[in-house]
Amino acid sequence: MRYERPETIEAAIALLADAEAKSFVLAGGTDLLVRMQNDTFEADLIVDIKSIEGMDAVTQTDDGFLIGAAVSAAALSENAALVAEWPGVVEAANLIGSTQIQGRCTMVGNLCNASPAADSVPALVAADARVRIAGPDGSREVAILDIPTYPGKTSLTKGEIIVAIVLPKAATRSGDAYLRFTPRTEMDIAVVGVGINLTLDEGGVVAAARIALGAVGPTVSLVEEAAKALIGSKLDQAALDALASACSAASNPIDDKRGTIAFRKQVAGVLARRVAQTAYTRAGGK
Amino acid sequence: MSSIAVATTINDDDVEFLCQPDETLLDVLRNRLGLMGAKEGCGTGDCGACSVIMDGRLVCACLVLGAEAQGRTIETIEGMATGSELHPLQRKFIEHAALQCGICTPGFLMAAKALLATNPNPTETEIRFWLAGNLCRCTGYDKIIRAVQDAAAEMRGEIS
Ligand SMILES: Cc1cc2nc3c(=O)[nH]c(=O)nc-3n(C[C@H](O)[C@H](O)[C@H](O)COP(=O)(O)OP(=O)(O)OC[C@H]3O[C@@H](n4cnc5c(N)ncnc54)[C@H](O)[C@@H]3O)c2cc1C
Ligand code: FES
Ligand code: FES
Repeated sequence: MRYERPETIEAAIALLADAEAKSFVLAGGTDLLVRMQNDTFEADLIVDIKSIEGMDAVTQTDDGFLIGAAVSAAALSENAALVAEWPGVVEAANLIGSTQIQGRCTMVGNLCNASPAADSVPALVAADARVRIAGPDGSREVAILDIPTYPGKTSLTKGEIIVAIVLPKAATRSGDAYLRFTPRTEMDIAVVGVGINLTLDEGGVVAAARIALGAVGPTVSLVEEAAKALIGSKLDQAALDALASACSAASNPIDDKRGTIAFRKQVAGVLARRVAQTAYTRAGGK
Repeated sequence: MSSIAVATTINDDDVEFLCQPDETLLDVLRNRLGLMGAKEGCGTGDCGACSVIMDGRLVCACLVLGAEAQGRTIETIEGMATGSELHPLQRKFIEHAALQCGICTPGFLMAAKALLATNPNPTETEIRFWLAGNLCRCTGYDKIIRAVQDAAAEMRGEIS
C-alpha cells in the first residue's frame, strides 16, 4: 500500500484515476482507519487530501457557504457565521462520535462513507446543500441526496473527489435543526435522525419546508408528504400530527438489536415534531 | 511496502522517524519512539486511551496514520509534566484518586488538558460531554470529573 499527500486537486485525481489501483481518499480517517484495522481490508493507495489548497477552508460567499472537504466538525462549530446561519447542520456534524472524533471527522467523509445513519447527511439534505465534485472528466455539482446510493455505496466514479459542500444562503425567516435518537446519550449510532429546514412568511406561517430522515432506510430520504403537512400551518397540533404520521409512514427501517421496525417508525414521528418546533423557533416563529 | 520518512514535532522536540504507510500514529509513538504513555484500548476510536493533541486538537492516535504527522505539532502525556513537576491535572488526579488501574488516565489527562485550553471554566455537563469519548472501567467517572474541576479552579488561580 502507498500513502500519498498531493498538493493539488489535479495530482489527487491523477492518482485516484489509475484504474489498476484500489484506492481511497483519506479525509479525517475516522471511518477509513477503522476499516483499515480489518484483516479483510485491501488497498493499494491512500490519497490524503488534507494538504490540497482550500480543502480546510470555510468561505462565506454571496450565495452561502463553501465548506472544504477536509474541514473538521470541530472547525465548523468554531465558525460563528456558519453557526448563526445553519445551526442545524453544525449541530448534526457535532453529534458525530466524541470530541476526539469531531477533531478529525468531516461532513464529506460522513457522506461518502454512505452509512444510512450518518448524522450530518439529513441536516445537509434539509438545507438543500450540494457537493462540488472534481474528476478526470471535469467538475460537476450534485445534490447531497444523489451521492449515497446504497449502504456503503456512492454515485462517485473512479477518480472523483468531492472538493466542497455548497450550502445555500439561508432564506430570510428560516431555521434548521437536527436531532437523532440513540440508545446511549453519547458515542452511539442513530436509530433515527431527522433534519428539518423551515421558511416562514411574514405572518409566521410555514411557507417552505424540507424534512429529511436518516437511519430508517438504505439511504437518507426527503419526505415530501411531511413538508406538505407543515406548509400553510403555524405548527399547530393538527399539522404536527400530520407531520409525525407522514414521517412514520415514510420510514422503511430494518429490525435490529438497537431498535425494532415499529419502534423506529414511531420515533421518526416523535423526533420530527421536536425538530420542527426547534426549526420553527429558530426561524423566528412563535 | 516502502517506508515513509516523517519529520514532526512531539512535545516541543523535532522528531524524525520511518514508518509503514498503514501504520498508525499510536503504533509509531509506542513501538518506534518509545512513548508508551498513549495506550491502545480498542484501536477503533471508541475508548480514548490513545488521546493525543495534534495541532491543538484532541484526536485518537489510533485513527491517525503515522505519515499524517509530517509537519504537525503533537503533544502526548510525556510532555505534560515540567521536569519532575506534575501538571495541576496530574496532581489533582492523584489527590482525588481519579484512577485505579490507570490505563485510561493518560487519555483522560490529555483530553482534560485540551478542554481547559479552550474552556478554563467548564460546567460539570461540559466536562462530561467533552470526556464522553474516554472510557474508564474502574472509577465510575465522578472522581475524574471532580479532579478536572479542582485542577481548573487551581489553574484559574482560585484555589491552590
Ligand atoms: C468512535 C466513532 C464514533 C462514531 N460516531 C459516529 C456518529 O455518531 N455518527 C456518524 O454519523 N458517524 C459516526 N462515526 C463515523 C465517522 O466518524 C463519520 O462517518 C465521519 O464523518 C467520517 O469522516 P472522515 O473525514 O473521518 O472520513 P474518512 O474516514 O476520511 O472517509 C470516509 C469515506 O469517505 C471517503 N471520502 C472521504 N472524503 C472524500 C472526498 N472528499 N471525496 C470522495 N470520497 C471521500 C473515504 O475514501 C472513505 O471511504 C463514528 C466513528 C467512530 C470511529
Ligand atoms: S485505542 Fe484509540 S480510541 Fe481506543
Ligand atoms: S482507572 Fe482503570 S480504566 Fe480508568
